[in-house]
Amino acid sequence: MIQVQVKDLKKYFPVQKGLLERILSRKVDYVKAVDGVSFEIRKREIFSLVGESGCGKTTTGRLILRLIDPTDGRLIFKGRDITFLKGEELRRLRKNMQIIFQDPYASLNPRMRIGDAVGHPLEIHGIAEGGEKKSMVFETLRKVGLEPPEKFYNAYPHELSGGQRQRAAIARAIIVNPEFIVADEPISMIDVSLRSKILELMKQLQSELDLTYLFITHDLAVSKYISDRIGIMYLGEMVELGLKKEIFSDPRHPYTIALLSAVPIPNPRVKRKHIELKGEVPSPINPPSGCRFHTRCPFKEETCETEKPRLIEVTENHYVACHKAQTLSIN
Amino acid sequence: MTSMNRKPLLSLENLKVYYYTDEGVVKAVDSVSFNMDRGETVGLVGESGSGKSTLGLSILRLIPPPGKIVGGKVFFDGIDLTALSEDEMRKVRGKRIGMVFQDPMTSLNPLMKVGDHIVETIVSHEGVPREKAVERACSLLEDVGILPERFNDYPHQLSGGMRQRIMIALALCLKPDLVIADEPTSALDVIVQYQILELMRKLKQVYGMGLILITHDVSIVAEVADRIAIMYAGQLVEYSDVNSFFNSPLHPYSEALLESIPNIQLSDQKLKYIPGIPPSLINPPKGCRFHVRCPYAEHRCGEVEPQTVEFERGRFVKCFRYVE
Repeated sequence: MIQVQVKDLKKYFPVQKGLLERILSRKVDYVKAVDGVSFEIRKREIFSLVGESGCGKTTTGRLILRLIDPTDGRLIFKGRDITFLKGEELRRLRKNMQIIFQDPYASLNPRMRIGDAVGHPLEIHGIAEGGEKKSMVFETLRKVGLEPPEKFYNAYPHELSGGQRQRAAIARAIIVNPEFIVADEPISMIDVSLRSKILELMKQLQSELDLTYLFITHDLAVSKYISDRIGIMYLGEMVELGLKKEIFSDPRHPYTIALLSAVPIPNPRVKRKHIELKGEVPSPINPPSGCRFHTRCPFKEETCETEKPRLIEVTENHYVACHKAQTLSIN
Repeated sequence: MTSMNRKPLLSLENLKVYYYTDEGVVKAVDSVSFNMDRGETVGLVGESGSGKSTLGLSILRLIPPPGKIVGGKVFFDGIDLTALSEDEMRKVRGKRIGMVFQDPMTSLNPLMKVGDHIVETIVSHEGVPREKAVERACSLLEDVGILPERFNDYPHQLSGGMRQRIMIALALCLKPDLVIADEPTSALDVIVQYQILELMRKLKQVYGMGLILITHDVSIVAEVADRIAIMYAGQLVEYSDVNSFFNSPLHPYSEALLESIPNIQLSDQKLKYIPGIPPSLINPPKGCRFHVRCPYAEHRCGEVEPQTVEFERGRFVKCFRYVE
């Protein structure tokens, strides 16, 4: 069953210019943060969006939650078009889709007790108040491992470690019993020795509560550990999409291959072949013509400069946007 | 931890660095000793708050107040840096020991052309004419993979990766014997990180300097270092060559750390985790600082602090499991 459908999603942000420039030129530049992305997230799966900073993964997550409005494209949640939902309907939808942010130091109000922060969504959605609310907060704090809950209920965020704060943020997300959660780099600000525990907790909650996750990360090793399927993004576009197994054992897009070969491995005996990319990611204001990756691609041909490759199925459920996807393989 | 036959490039002896805060004394570095040789790369690993950055800064005597070196010695090329006057120390910084910080944007002057950063450093330390320094700066830029026509750019015109290349050029411009790099790639994406690590590896062959790479990421250490130093709660708990370390870590903390990080080469990996949280450095646990989180802890671990022992030649560990 399909939980979320993203169809040809686009988000262009206008570039702010100085006053003089605005008077002299009518042309507005746009940062094409997300430029025609399509994919589906199935019920009860962990789908990871992976890419470098600026690839559009976070913007995609926020678009799906309708935290920002798309420039174009469609968003379908459980079969219903939510692209243009407004007001009360949008608010009701939000009970069903929640977010966990990267920085648990910034995402919790420093003046709000943990119990109040975690219970706040219950008030907003009119689910519970008073003693009922308190007992639901206690139960949720227990679920995320903040025990004993009495101790954490009255604590302020600064009294908690980074890992404990992120647990509180997770508690706040799951307390309204959502079906779908966007987790945006949920462990990258957490101490190394506490990261695996947060990942474990997220997995455990997924099976207990039947959750579907969109997991946004720059870390391929983490995505390999947690995901069922993975989408690789580059400069606002999806370049490869498939089951975790396919992405890691048979990556076809040159960008995916380069990305994988750049991940450090905690074993000095392993020597790998590296695909070194030249330069850095081009500007999303004026992305390269044809395939956006062609300026850095070691396998570039003439057609790559002019023709945009479509995302095609190379093997079952494994999609790649590359003119040479059928012939290219690391194996 | 001394080998008698040759003089190490750097030798720390029971170094203690404390911060005197209103909440109490933070023992950020508490009796750390190790040696490193010329041309070696040492990966200094620890979590946030383990004291690894303080250790790096204290070698250069750049600890900001209320921090202070309260004990121990730092021998660099045989000279005790803790005994130098501020003037003498200034000649060591940059000239003999270079530094690369995590965030190149805040380490570069936004109003100064990137090339001038290098030129000014060379001129002020060596007193050579400006034209000479410009020449050298341009060839350095080339060494770190930046086109010389970028000389007149300002820091904001460069990407994060390019700024970090400038920082590296700056650290190398006086041909130091040692470079301390504090999380040089943590603000960078994985492909740029790879480029920077490759660059540092290449430059080490050309310049032959020693390198202390401070990081929270043991995987990076496996890729580039010769030795690894593991810090936990202000103390060095293990010091070893990387091959032996990643093959069989000795300290329980090292072991747990390696089992808790996702490895892209493994499928269906089962991650373990370390219970509890890193301790406060104001009131660290009695005895071994890791004992409250350690699966092997015995009674004595909570009572007495274990001594550091040389388990095998060149492999040091601070744990009772290796004490006779």
